[in-house]
Amino acid sequence: MDRDFGLSEDQREVVLAVREFMAERAGPVAAGFEERHEFPRDLFRELGGMGLAGIPYDEAYGGGGQTFLTYLAVLEEVARGFFSLALALSVHHLSAFGVHAFGSEELKRRYLPRLFAGEWLGAYALSEASSGSDAASLRCKAERSDGGWLLTGSKRFITHAGQAEFYLVMARTGDGSPKGISALVVEKGWDGFDFGKLESKMGWSASPMRELLFEGCQVPGENLVGAEGQGFTIALAGLDCGRLGIAACSVGLAQAAFEAALGFAKERQQFGKAIIEFEGLQFMLADMATQIEAARRLYRDAGRVRDAGGDYSTGASMAKLFASDTAMRVTTDAVQIHGGYGYMQEYPVERFMREAKALQIVEGTNQIQRMVIGRRLAEA
Amino acid sequence: MKIAVLVKYIPNPEGTPEMGSDFRLKREGVEAALDPGDEHGVEAALQLAGADGEVTYVTMGPEPAAAAIRRALSMGGHKGVHVKDDALKGADALVTAKALAAALKRDQYDLVITGVESTDGYTGTLPMTVAELLGIPSATFARKLEAKDGGISIERQTAGGYDSVECSLPALVTVTAGANEPRYPTLKGIMAAKQKPMDTLSVSDLGLSAEDATPTQEVMGIEPVPAKEAGEILEAGDDTAARVVEFLRSAKVI
Ligand SMILES: Cc1cc2nc3c(=O)[nH]c(=O)nc-3n(C[C@H](O)[C@H](O)[C@H](O)COP(=O)(O)OP(=O)(O)OC[C@H]3O[C@@H](n4cnc5c(N)ncnc54)[C@H](O)[C@@H]3O)c2cc1C
Repeated sequence: MDRDFGLSEDQREVVLAVREFMAERAGPVAAGFEERHEFPRDLFRELGGMGLAGIPYDEAYGGGGQTFLTYLAVLEEVARGFFSLALALSVHHLSAFGVHAFGSEELKRRYLPRLFAGEWLGAYALSEASSGSDAASLRCKAERSDGGWLLTGSKRFITHAGQAEFYLVMARTGDGSPKGISALVVEKGWDGFDFGKLESKMGWSASPMRELLFEGCQVPGENLVGAEGQGFTIALAGLDCGRLGIAACSVGLAQAAFEAALGFAKERQQFGKAIIEFEGLQFMLADMATQIEAARRLYRDAGRVRDAGGDYSTGASMAKLFASDTAMRVTTDAVQIHGGYGYMQEYPVERFMREAKALQIVEGTNQIQRMVIGRRLAEA
Repeated sequence: MKIAVLVKYIPNPEGTPEMGSDFRLKREGVEAALDPGDEHGVEAALQLAGADGEVTYVTMGPEPAAAAIRRALSMGGHKGVHVKDDALKGADALVTAKALAAALKRDQYDLVITGVESTDGYTGTLPMTVAELLGIPSATFARKLEAKDGGISIERQTAGGYDSVECSLPALVTVTAGANEPRYPTLKGIMAAKQKPMDTLSVSDLGLSAEDATPTQEVMGIEPVPAKEAGEILEAGDDTAARVVEFLRSAKVI
C-alpha cells in the first residue's frame, strides 16, 4: 500500500528525503539516545539545516513556506524512525506558533529565524503542578514592573526545559478567568529563571523534561505575545496545530511498531511454520494496518482542511484522539506478536509501547479530546 | 569551474532488481532512485564548483530517469540534460557512452565527474569510454579531488593506499564512495529544483546516426548465479598440505 497516496509531488519528494535521512542517519542511533537519556541536539540541528524546523511557517522569517500537510507528513516519517526526534520537532513547532501567529513584527524578527534554522530550540509552557486539563486555572504570575513583567511561579512537565533557548510561557496577568492570562517569551539564562531536576519518565527518555522555576524573572515589555489577556487564546490556537502534530507522531510510531511486528511474524517459526501463517496473528496485523491507515487519513484530512483555511479544530481533536489510541493499541499488539521477545529490551517494541502511552495524555488528554468533540456536537 | 556530472536513475537500489522478458533490468514501473554512487559525484561537483562554478547533470534513460536529475538538482547545481529516445532502449555500454559524450560535446565543460560504476547493471567501463570519445584524459578512483594550478589533482585509491595524480583540464574524474559524505536535499533545494532548466534531447538532437544508437552487444539469455556449493573440509593429517596443493592446482590457482 502506498503510504504517501494523495500527497503532491513536492510533498512526496520532501518525505522521501526525510525517509532517507532517517534510514541512514537518525534511525540507527535512536535506541542509543533513548538508552543514554540524551537529547539528539545535533540531529535536530541537521533537520534544521535541511529546512525542516519551520516547514509551514512564513519564508519572510526563515520558514519553509510549505503546507501544513507537508509538515505533518514529515513528522510522521521522523516519528517512524526516531520518536523523540519527531516530538522535538512538534514541540518546537508548537512553541513558535504563538509568536508567528500573534506576535509583533519585532518579536517575529528577533526569534523566528533562529528557531526555524534549528539553531534555537523552543519549549511550550502551559501546565503547572495544580493545573493540567484545567489549564485556565494556572497560577504562575506576571506583574507589571519597569515597563515589563516580573514573572513568579513554576511550570510543570515542560518538554525541552533546560535544553531549549526559547520558552513560550502562559502566565496570569489579570483576574482568575481565562482572559486574565497572557503569553510571554522568556529566554534561557535570564536572571530569576531556573530549572527543576530532570524528570524520570516511563518513556520519551531522549526528550528532556523539567520544571520551570521563576523567582522574580524580569521579562521585557516587548516580549508579550499578542495583547495582554490574549494568552489563553494563543495557547489553545497552538494546541489545535499541536494536536495534529501529536496525531502524525502517533501514526509514525504505530507504523514503526507495525513494521517490526510484521517482520517478526514472517521470521518467527512455531509449529513448523512462520507465525504469520496463523489466522489469529494475521487478523491482528490486519486490524493494526487498517487502524493506522484510518488514523493517517484522519490527520491528513484535517491538515488539508487547515491548509484550505477551513475550521479544523474538531478534526484535530478527532485525529489526536483516534491516532494516539491507535498507537497504544498497535504498539501493545506489536509486543504481543513478538511474544516473550516483545517484552525484552533487545527488541524495540516494548519501548514503542511505553512511548505510545504519553500520546494519550499530552496536549489535552483523550478524555479532554472527547469532551471537546462532544461539546461541539452539543452546541451544533 | 564548469562541471558536468553523469547521473543514473536505477531501479530499487536497496532491494532485489527484477529482470524483464528481454533479459534486461526492468527500469519502468518500478521503485527507483538516483544511484547512491552518483551522489558522491554530485557532492564532489558541488564542493569543487563553489559559489561561482556551474554544475550540470546529464543522464540517459526513459522518462522516469529525469527524477535522477531532479534529485541531484535538489542537492544543488544549475541545470539538467536528459537524453531520452526510444531508439536507445537496450543500449549497451558503448552506445550509452556515445550518447552521453555527444550530449557533453554540446557544451564546454572543464570537468566531467562520474561515479566509479553503476550500482545496477554495470561494466565499469563507461567513464573511460566517454573520456576517450571526448578526447580528454580520465583520472579514476578519486578518493579525494581538488582544483590545483588550473588543473585537477586527485588521490587515486589503490589496494594498499593511493597514488597522487594530476592532470590538466578539461578532464574526466571518477569518484569513489570514500570521496565525501553527500549532503541531503534541503526543503528549499527540493522546491528550487523544479524551477531549474532541463533540456531533453533525442538521438537526432545529438546528431547521432541510427548505427551509433545500435548496440553491438546482444543479450541471448540470463542464468541465475548457481548457489554456492558446500566446501570441502580437510582434517589435519600427514597428507593435508599435499591435498591443498593438488586442489589449488586443479583450480588453476597455482
Ligand atoms: C511526557 C509529557 C510531556 C509533557 N510536555 C508538556 C509541555 O511541554 N508543556 C506543557 O505545558 N505540558 C506538558 N505536559 C503536561 C500535559 O499537558 C498534562 O499532563 C496534561 O494536560 C494532563 O494534565 P494533568 O497531568 O494535570 O492531569 P489532570 O488534568 O489532573 O487529569 C487527570 C485525569 O483526569 C482526567 N480529567 C481531567 N479533567 C477531566 C474532565 N473534565 N472530564 C473527564 N476527565 C477529566 C484526565 O483525562 C486524566 O485522566 C506533558 C506531559 C507529559 C506526560
